[in-house]
Amino acid sequence: MEINILEQIVIPIIKMLFIVHLLVIGVMVMIWSERRVSGWIQDRLGPNRVGPQGLLQPIADGIKFLFKEDLIPNHVDKPLYVLAPAMLLIPAMIAVAVVPFGDTITIEGLDNPISLQIADINIGILYILAITSLGVYGVVIGAWASNNKYSLLGGLRSSAQMISYELTLGLAIIGVLMLSESLSLRVIAKEQGSYPWNWNFLIHFPAFLAFTTAMFAETNRLPFDLAEAEQELVAGYHTEYSSMKFAIFFMAEYMNMIVGSAVVVTLFLGGWHFFGLETMGGPIWSGVISFAIFFIKTGIFLFVFIWVRWTLPRFRYDQLMNFGWKFLLPVALTSIVVTGTLWVVVTENKLLWIGIGNTVAAFIVVSIVAGMLAMDNNSKAAAQDTSAAPLRGLEAIE
Amino acid sequence: MNPELIVFIIFGAVSIIGAIAVISFRHPIYSALSLIVTFFSQAGLFVLLGAHFVAAVQVIVYAGAIMVLFLFVIMLLNLGTLSAKGALTGKLKGVAIILGILLAVEGVYIAVRALNKTEVGSAEAADAAAALKDSPIDTYRIGELLFSDYLLPFEVTSLILLAALIGVIVLVKRDKQPEN
Repeated sequence: MEINILEQIVIPIIKMLFIVHLLVIGVMVMIWSERRVSGWIQDRLGPNRVGPQGLLQPIADGIKFLFKEDLIPNHVDKPLYVLAPAMLLIPAMIAVAVVPFGDTITIEGLDNPISLQIADINIGILYILAITSLGVYGVVIGAWASNNKYSLLGGLRSSAQMISYELTLGLAIIGVLMLSESLSLRVIAKEQGSYPWNWNFLIHFPAFLAFTTAMFAETNRLPFDLAEAEQELVAGYHTEYSSMKFAIFFMAEYMNMIVGSAVVVTLFLGGWHFFGLETMGGPIWSGVISFAIFFIKTGIFLFVFIWVRWTLPRFRYDQLMNFGWKFLLPVALTSIVVTGTLWVVVTENKLLWIGIGNTVAAFIVVSIVAGMLAMDNNSKAAAQDTSAAPLRGLEAIE
Repeated sequence: MNPELIVFIIFGAVSIIGAIAVISFRHPIYSALSLIVTFFSQAGLFVLLGAHFVAAVQVIVYAGAIMVLFLFVIMLLNLGTLSAKGALTGKLKGVAIILGILLAVEGVYIAVRALNKTEVGSAEAADAAAALKDSPIDTYRIGELLFSDYLLPFEVTSLILLAALIGVIVLVKRDKQPEN
């Protein structure tokens, strides 16, 4: 077997370095924009002193984290305590390997065009699901190793939440996979074509909402950040962590957000396509333009992440479980049944009918579930009314 | 040495060390983590065989879901370190020895049969490996097989899962009945 050093070794290494650095810089930009956007949303300034518009603030923060004392409390389980931040960061970093961040760049003199993706494996989306499902161990192990009740509560909540929302995450994409007939993220992005009305977010609108919501839950962002609920658990699973270890937890969270946004863009928002703009500009520039389109789309979605965080309050634990199991899961299951059925039954305008069918079916399912919950609540309230009277009396005595 | 063999040795060694660690650690959390390491390196072995889909499912189902549940239960019950003597005493020890010997015999039998059937490194084994690699879209084949040759087992499995699901709901609901 002949190995072409330039094409099989040098170019992949360049791609990997590029993506990893982009991720790390993206984390810094995200931290900055989170603080500035939250300031904007809350009608205040946010950090604006270090560098122009406060852009160098993350670097100042990073230096501060690096030079702080690396404290390891005496009561922790040392090996696991040290291991936990890495167990969270590494899955966040390697998940990006299968995300196609652009079309191909053709350079004369090379045998094959360079595809803007580190590895196009044929189980791409399953790889993403597998790797992100490993991220929870960082949280759980960090929480347990801290030997702190608040941390442990955070870890327990996180693991229960992950198990519940991972199901939705997996089921919501099955409709997409049926239409693209492939698990490779590049093929899924390509199948959607250039125009927004062919993209999956319209065809699978309920699944898109379910997937996005589950993605928020997987990244532990508000309104799903019960694992670190500041008002209840001090800082949740990372209470006992300080200096760079704490910073690594934060970096992992932002990396998860970036990867999550990139996956949503690939699966539902047409990847690097935008009205045929990606095909203009010749063999080299079309690749660059497609990358820019993907980059901008991911950035817009990341803004939505921040926007939601500073808009919605946190779920209560029972609300979280109810929402995941009674709303998101049925919606995701319906999308599978409807997409599969319509794919076989309908002969003309398949995509249009699947899109309409999905939305209508999801609406019906949500109404049924909401109606059942309302009836359940009514009967519970009726039961409570009879038993509440003596309790009220007790309160009066106290 | 070809690179695949090196990767195989790494994954194989890690999975054996992990498996030994599962039964050697005294603390259940460490055992559970070792089991995750074993599952993960087994997924690596599946990738080497060209079975990408099985590898992904191995990580999603075992390392990603079942072991999270294990850890959840261990943490929830706050299981402490096992005592040095362990829980195997009396009759249990005898049963364990018998089962262990049976398992060892099975292992040796399978190894001998596999060795006889296809010599390691023989042309036949190389052909089989090459055939696996030439058809990388194994998800199609798994789907086809599940819905044609193995349709009955597939449906029976789903029924078993449904029964388990209903069983859990019945068990949980029973406690919530009003006590009159």
